[in-house]
Amino acid sequence: MSMPNNPDNYGLRLVTRYVVLTVIAIIFAFPLVFMIMSSLKPDQQLLADTSSLKAFLPVGDISFQNYENAFSRVPVGLFVFNSMLVTSVTVVLSLFVCSLSGFSFAYLKWRGRDLLFSIILATFIIPFETIAIPMLLITSKLPWIGLDGFSIGWLNTYRVQIVPFIADGLTIFLFVQYFKDLPVELIEAARVEGTTWWQIYRLIVIPLSGPVLATAAILKFLVMYNQYLWPMIVVQQEEYRPVMVGLQYFFQTFTKGGIAWGEIMAYLSMITVPVLAFYLYIQRAFIASVAATGVKG
Amino acid sequence: MAEIKLRDVHKSFGKVEVIKGVNIEIKDGEFVVIVGPSGCGKSTLLRMIAGLEDITQGTLEIDGVCMNDRQPKDRGIAMVFQTYAIFPHMTVRENVAFGLTINKIDKATRDLKVDEAARILQMENLLDRRPSELSGGQRQRVAIGRAIVRNPKVFLFDEPLSNLDASLRMDMRMEIGKLHQSLNASMIYVTHDQVEAMTLADKIVVLNDGKVMQSGSPMELYKEPANMFVASFLGAPSMNFINVEVHDINEENVTVYNPTLSPIKVPHKGRDISKKSQAILGLRPQYLRLVEPSDGILNGKVILTERLGAETIVEILLKDGKRVIAAISEDQILSNGKEIGLQFNPKQVHLFSSEDSKFLSENRK
Ligand SMILES: Nc1ncnc2c1ncn2[C@@H]1O[C@H](COP(=O)(O)OP(=O)(O)OP(=O)(O)O)[C@@H](O)[C@H]1O
Ligand SMILES: [Mg+2]
Repeated sequence: MSMPNNPDNYGLRLVTRYVVLTVIAIIFAFPLVFMIMSSLKPDQQLLADTSSLKAFLPVGDISFQNYENAFSRVPVGLFVFNSMLVTSVTVVLSLFVCSLSGFSFAYLKWRGRDLLFSIILATFIIPFETIAIPMLLITSKLPWIGLDGFSIGWLNTYRVQIVPFIADGLTIFLFVQYFKDLPVELIEAARVEGTTWWQIYRLIVIPLSGPVLATAAILKFLVMYNQYLWPMIVVQQEEYRPVMVGLQYFFQTFTKGGIAWGEIMAYLSMITVPVLAFYLYIQRAFIASVAATGVKG
Repeated sequence: MAEIKLRDVHKSFGKVEVIKGVNIEIKDGEFVVIVGPSGCGKSTLLRMIAGLEDITQGTLEIDGVCMNDRQPKDRGIAMVFQTYAIFPHMTVRENVAFGLTINKIDKATRDLKVDEAARILQMENLLDRRPSELSGGQRQRVAIGRAIVRNPKVFLFDEPLSNLDASLRMDMRMEIGKLHQSLNASMIYVTHDQVEAMTLADKIVVLNDGKVMQSGSPMELYKEPANMFVASFLGAPSMNFINVEVHDINEENVTVYNPTLSPIKVPHKGRDISKKSQAILGLRPQYLRLVEPSDGILNGKVILTERLGAETIVEILLKDGKRVIAAISEDQILSNGKEIGLQFNPKQVHLFSSEDSKFLSENRK
C-alpha cells in the first residue's frame, strides 16, 4: 500500500472505506434483522410491516408467542441440540484427526506418502451425492459395541452422522499447506531438543496453528450444521433428527391450516443463532491467536 | 568429553551429490569452524552431524560410537540456527527451558539452569518477554541459552550471526568465543564469514563443492594455504595471483619473473618444482608496500583507493593489464592515475602450481 501523500486525501479515503464497509455490513445484516424482528410479531402485523421500514424494527405487538407455537409443532430444542452435538463432536474430532494426518503428510517421511496425498486431493472432486448410497449400505452393516452390547447397523444414531465426516480431503489439505509454511527450523530445533513427534505436534505445531484451526473449524461447522441429505437417508427417528431435516418436518405441519410466517421466522432464528455465536467465538479466538504468536495464516 | 569423527561422509539428494567424501576429526573441546562459499554444503554437513539429514555413505562417530542411525536427541548435541528458531508462542524462559521441560527435569533444577544461562548471556531481564518483543541479537541469545542449559557434548552453530548487523555481529562473536572458553565444549560452527572463522576457530575446515580443501589452525591455513582456493578464501582483501615463469631452481630457492615482475628468489619447500616452467605467485594485499616506481618489484598505476581510516585499500593496474590490491596499514591519499611501485618480502609470497593450483612454496614468517 502506498503512503498517503496528503492528509486530506488520506482522511477522505478512510471515510470512503468505512462508508463502503458499513453499507456492506447493513446489506448483510438486513435479512437477519428482518428474520429476528418478524419472529417476534403476529403474522398480520408482520405482513403489513413488510411494506415499510418497520419490518426491521421491534415495534407493535412484540412477544415470544411464535416461539411457543413453533415448539408445540416440533421439538425445535431437540433438533438444535442434535445438530449442535453432531456438529461440535465432528468439528473437534475432525480438527484432531485431520491436523494429525496433515502433520504426517507435511513432516514425516514414509513410503507412499505422496501417492496417498494425491489420492486424498482427488477425493475433492467426488460429489457427496454419488457416494451417499454406497455409504448407506456400508453404515447400515457396520458393527458397534456400546453400553447395551453388540449391534449391527448404524442407522438412527448420532455416530452415523458424525464418523463419516471426521476426515475429509479439504481439511487435511488445509492443514498440510499451513504446516508446510511454518518455519521448518522450529520443528528441527524441537527435534534436536529431544521431543517426540507427538510433542512437536502438541507443543509446537498446534499452538502455532490458530489460523488454520479456526478456518477448518468454521468450514466444518457450516458443512455439518447444514447437513440435510445424509441425515434424511440415515435418520428416521425424531430422536436423532438435526435442524435442517427438522425444518422440513416443521414445514409439513403447515399443510392443514395455512402458513404461519412468524413461526417460521422463529424456527429459523433459533437455528441461525448458534451459527452466529460460533462464528463470532472463532473469530475472536483467531484474532487472539494471531496476536499471541505473530504467526499469520 | 566429545570427540567427533567423520569418515568418508557422503550425502546425495536424489541423484545430486552434495557432500563428496568428507573426513574431519574434532578433538574434545575444540572449536571447529567450517567455512566455504554459499552452496558448498556447510549446512548439509552440520545437519548430518545433528541427525536432521541422513548420511548417505560413510560414518559419523561421537566419542567412538557410530551415530549414523541415532535420533538427533540421542546424539548429545545442541544446535543454534541461523533464523534462531525460537518458539514464538513461548516466553524466553519457556524457550530456554524447553529441552529441560521435555526431558522432565524438575522445576527447581530447570529454573536454576535457566537463570544460570541467562546470567552468562546477560539476559536476566528478558526472561518473561515473548520473542516478538526481542531484537535480533536478543533472539540469538535466547537460542544460545536454549542450547547451553542442556549441557550438550557438542554445540552446532549454523551461521548464527549472519542475520545481525555488523557491530552486533562482532559483540556476539566475542561472546561466543568467551562462551567456548567457559564451557569448554566441542563446537562446530558454520559460517561463510572468514573473519569469524579466523577469530573463533581452533581449527578451520575449508569446504568447497562438498569436499574439504584443507583443515588446520587458522594461522596454518593463512600462512600455508594448500591451494589457491584456500588462499583466496582466507584473508581480506583476497590474495593477489600473478602468473610467473620459473627458472634457476636450486636447493632452497627458485627464481620467478614475468614481463612486469622483476626476477625474485622465492623459497620452495623442496617440492617437485624442477620440471615446471610456469607457476602462480600469491601475494597477500597486506604484504605489499608502496614505493617509488624506480624501487618497485612490480609497477603500475593507482586506479582506486578506499580509505578505511586505519587502513587504505589501493587497487593498482599493472603494465600487463592485471589488477592487484594492496592494503596499506595507514591512511594514505593517492590520486588516481599516479605511477607507483610495489615492494614485498620474497619470503612472504606463496607459489602455486599453475596446473592444479596446489601450494608450492614454503612460507617463513
Ligand atoms: N533438501 C535438499 N534437497 C535437495 N538439495 C538440497 C537440499 N538441501 C540442500 N541442497 C543442496 O545442497 C547444496 C548445499 O546446500 P547447503 O545448504 O549445505 O549449502 P551451504 O554451504 O550451507 O550454503 P549457504 O552458505 O548458502 O547456507 C546446495 O546446492 C543445495 O541446493
Ligand atoms: Mg547454510
